[in-house]
Amino acid sequence: MSRQGNRAGDPRKVNGELFTLTYGALVAQLIKDYENDEQVNKQLDKMGYNMGVRLIEDFLARANTGRCNDFRETADVIAKVAFKMYLGLTPVVSNWSTTGDEFSLLLESNPLTEFVELPPGHSNLNYSNLLCGALRGALEMVQMDVDVRFVQDILKGDNITEIRLKFIKRLEDAVPVGED
Amino acid sequence: MSGIGKQKASTLEKSLGKGKPEVNIATFALLFSEIVQYCQNRVHTVPELQKKLSELGQSVGCHMLDVIFLREKGYKREVKLLNMLIFIKSSFWKIVFGKEADKLEQANDDDRTYYIIEKEPLVNKFISVPRDKGSLNCAAFTAGILEAVLNGANFPAKVTVHWHKGTTFMIKFDESVIARDKMVDSR
Repeated sequence: MSRQGNRAGDPRKVNGELFTLTYGALVAQLIKDYENDEQVNKQLDKMGYNMGVRLIEDFLARANTGRCNDFRETADVIAKVAFKMYLGLTPVVSNWSTTGDEFSLLLESNPLTEFVELPPGHSNLNYSNLLCGALRGALEMVQMDVDVRFVQDILKGDNITEIRLKFIKRLEDAVPVGED
Repeated sequence: MSGIGKQKASTLEKSLGKGKPEVNIATFALLFSEIVQYCQNRVHTVPELQKKLSELGQSVGCHMLDVIFLREKGYKREVKLLNMLIFIKSSFWKIVFGKEADKLEQANDDDRTYYIIEKEPLVNKFISVPRDKGSLNCAAFTAGILEAVLNGANFPAKVTVHWHKGTTFMIKFDESVIARDKMVDSR
C-alpha cells in the first residue's frame, strides 16, 4: 500500500470518475433523445438488463461462490460480493419482508451519481435505473425472476438510496422441442 | 422545494475528494458496449457513429478537465502548448486510463499537428469491429474527451482518430494557439 505511486494499477480496474462521467454523458444524451423521463427510465433499464446478462457470467467465473440455497444467501452474495467486485461498495441488506421473498439494498453512496444533481422538472427520472436492469438481468440468468425497483433515491432528496428486490418466481429452462 | 435547494448547495460545496475510486473494468466495458450499441441504432453511417461517440466523449472530457486539473495541478493552469501536451500524454492518461499514452509526436511538415499514439486504447479493449463497419474506431470517444480537455484549457483544437500504429489521435490546433505559443516562448 505504501508504494501506491509506482503501482502499475490493477489491469482489471478503471478510473471510477471516467465511469461516472461516461454514465452521466449517456443519461444526458438519453434525456435529449427521448421526450419524457419514463422512456429514459425504460431505456436505462433495458441497457442495464443487457449488461447484467453478461456481467453474471463474469461474476460466476471469477467469484468462487457456489450455488445459493435460498433468497437470503442470494441477497448476501449480491451485496457483499457482486457489488464489491463491480462497483467497489457494499450495500446493506435490510427490510426483509415477513415472507422472506423481498428485501432492500441500502446504499449510502452511489458511484453512478458522484457529481450529479437532478435539475428541476425531472423528478421522475430514476437516474441509476441501470442498476435495476443489471440486477434483474443477472438474476434472470440464474433462473430467478426478480422485480427490482428504486424506493428511495438520494438524488431525489431522500437520505439514502434504497433498492427493493422482490422474488417473483423461479424460472425453468425451456427444453427445446424434441428433446427430453 | 427547499429540500432541493439545500441539496444543490451541498453538491458544489462537497470537497472533490482525493480519491481514485476504482471500478471493475468489466462494468466500464459493458457500459461502453451498451453506449456504442445505442448510438449505432440511431445513425446510418460509420462517420456519424464516430461523431456521436466523440460528442459523448466531449461531454465527459469537459467535466474531467476540471476535476483533474484542480486535483493534480493545484489550481495552476498550463499556458504553454508543449507542457500541456506532455501533461496529457503522461499524467492525464495515467489517471484516466491507468497508464501513459505510448507516444507523442509532432508532424514533420505541420507545426499545428501533433499525434498521440496508443497501441490499444482502453475503450477498444473488448470491442471487435465487424467487417462491414471497416473503419470504425470506437476510440472516437477518447478523441472527444481529448478535444474537450484541450478546448476547455484554452488550446482550441480538433481531434480525430485513425487506425495507424494501433490507434493514433491526430490533434490539429488552431492557428491562434501556435501564434500565441510562439509569443510566449519569445518573451
